[in-house]
Amino acid sequence: MKKTIDATGLRCPLPVLEAKRALKDLEAGTLEVIVDNTIAVQNLEKMARQLGLGYEVRSYGPDRHAILIAVEGGAAPREGEAQPQRPSAGPTVVVLGSDQMGTGDSELGRVLMKSFIYALTELEELPAKVLLYNSGVKLAVEGADTLGDLRKLAERGVEILSCGTCLNFFNLTEQLGVGAVTNMYEIVQSQMAAGRIVRP
Amino acid sequence: MGPEVLASILAGLPKVEDPDFLVGFDKSDDAAVYRLSADLALVHTLDFFPPMVDDPYLFGQIAAANALSDIWAMGGEPKTALNIVCFPEKMDLEILSRILQGGSEKVLEAGAVLAGGHSIEDQDVKYGLSVTGIVHPDRIYTNRGCQVGDLLILTKPLGVGIICAAGRVGEASPEAMEQAVASMAMLNKYAAEVIKKYPVHACTDVTGFGFLGHLHEMLGGERHAVIFSTEVPVIPEALAYADEFLITGAAQRNRNFLEDHVHFGPDVPFSREEVLFDPQTSGGLLVSVPRAAAQDLVAELKGAGLPAAVVGEIVDRDVKEIVVR
Repeated sequence: MKKTIDATGLRCPLPVLEAKRALKDLEAGTLEVIVDNTIAVQNLEKMARQLGLGYEVRSYGPDRHAILIAVEGGAAPREGEAQPQRPSAGPTVVVLGSDQMGTGDSELGRVLMKSFIYALTELEELPAKVLLYNSGVKLAVEGADTLGDLRKLAERGVEILSCGTCLNFFNLTEQLGVGAVTNMYEIVQSQMAAGRIVRP
Repeated sequence: MGPEVLASILAGLPKVEDPDFLVGFDKSDDAAVYRLSADLALVHTLDFFPPMVDDPYLFGQIAAANALSDIWAMGGEPKTALNIVCFPEKMDLEILSRILQGGSEKVLEAGAVLAGGHSIEDQDVKYGLSVTGIVHPDRIYTNRGCQVGDLLILTKPLGVGIICAAGRVGEASPEAMEQAVASMAMLNKYAAEVIKKYPVHACTDVTGFGFLGHLHEMLGGERHAVIFSTEVPVIPEALAYADEFLITGAAQRNRNFLEDHVHFGPDVPFSREEVLFDPQTSGGLLVSVPRAAAQDLVAELKGAGLPAAVVGEIVDRDVKEIVVR
C-alpha cells in the first residue's frame, strides 16, 4: 500500500519524525513524504539510509519535493510498482492522446483542450500524472498556449510525462517546456496502475 | 545563516586597510580586534538570536553566555556589554524583564558592566548582546595558528542543538534539557582562565557551524586534523536522539558545507556524525595546544569542573582535511 504525508511547512526534525512514525504503521509498501525544502529531503534520505530502506526523490520545483521510501528492505519503488493494484484506490492519470478535445472541428477541439487543461488546474484534488502522446505532446512544448497551465500543474506536484517517440516524430524534442520525457513502458505501467484514467 | 551563504556575502564587502585593525571578518574569526596601543587592543563582538528554550530567564542567561563567549575565545576579557532586544508589542513585559534579568546576571558574572542597549518592536522575541573587551595585542588567540603535532581540546559537551530540537517537538527528557541548559548557560570564562596559563596556538568557540565547522575554520586550509570521535564529550541523550532521527536542518546545512572536507572512518556511527555537525549555542572553547601541555591543561580544566577532553590532533596531511576516527 502507499501512504502519503504532506510535510510542507514543517521544520526539521518534524518531517523526519512524522515519516518515522508513519513507517512504523506501514508494514509493506511505499511511504511518500512531500516537503518544501531540499534540507528536509536530505534529512529524510539520511533516515532511509540508516534504516536500510530504498528510496527515490522526485523534485517538482525548488519548493516541492517528494521522497518515496520503500518498506521491507526492497529497492526503491519503480514507476508504477509503487502504486496499489486495486484500481479504485490508485492515482488518477489524465491521458491526452491528441492536442484536441473530441472530434469534429479541429479549431474547436484545440479551444476545448486549452479549456480542459485550465480546468484541471482549478481542481482541488489534482491527478497524479498527465500523460501526453501522439499530437498531445504539442500541448507541452514552447509556444503552446497550454504550456502555462501544464507548468502550474507541474509546480503543484503533478507529473507531466510526454512520449519521447512522439516528440521525436514531430521534431519537438528540443522544445519540450514542462515535465519529463517518457517511454511506452512507463505509459503502459502508469495506466495499468491507475485508479482512474481520464481521457477527454 | 549558513557558512556558505555568509562567506559569499562577506566576500563582496570592501576590505579595510588599517594596520591597527588586527582581526576582522575576513579571517572567519570570533570577534574583531582593534589595537589602541602597543599593549592594549579592543575586542568587539555581537550575537543575538531567537529563544531556544521556553524559560525566558534561562534564555537570557544562555544568549548572554553565548555573546560573551567570543571575547574569551579571542583571549580577551569582557568589559562592557549592550543589550540588543527585539520584542513584540503585545507580549507580556514580564517575559522581557526575565530575559534581561538572566542576561544581566551573566554579564555581572563575567565581570563586565551592562552599559545600556537598544530595543525594537518585532514579531518575534530576539535577544543578545554587543560586548566589548580588552586583550593584549601580543596575546590574541586567533582561529589560525594550529601547528602539526598540536592536540585539540574541547571544553563543553556537544549535542545541545539536537537536544533543543528534540525539546521543541516534545521528545527531550527533562534531564537532557537540564544538562543542555546548564551547559549553554555556563560561561566560557572559567575555561579561559585556565587556558590562559598554557601556550595556546589557536582558539575558537564552537557555535552555529558545529564542531566540524569551527574546526574547519581553525585549520584554515593549511592544516589537517584527526578527530578521536569517541573522546569528544557529548551529552549522551544527543546520541540517542540522533539515532531516533531528531535531526535538524542546520546540522544538515553544516554537513552540506563541510562534506568535501571530512572523512568519517567506518566505525563512526551515524549519531556521532550528526553530533559533530550539530550547531551549538554557547558551545565550549576549542583550543589547539602543544602536545606537551595538553594533558596538564585537560587535568586542570577537569579540576575546575569542566568536562574537557583531548578530542583530536593536528597532522601534516591525511586523506581529507578532517578525518574522524
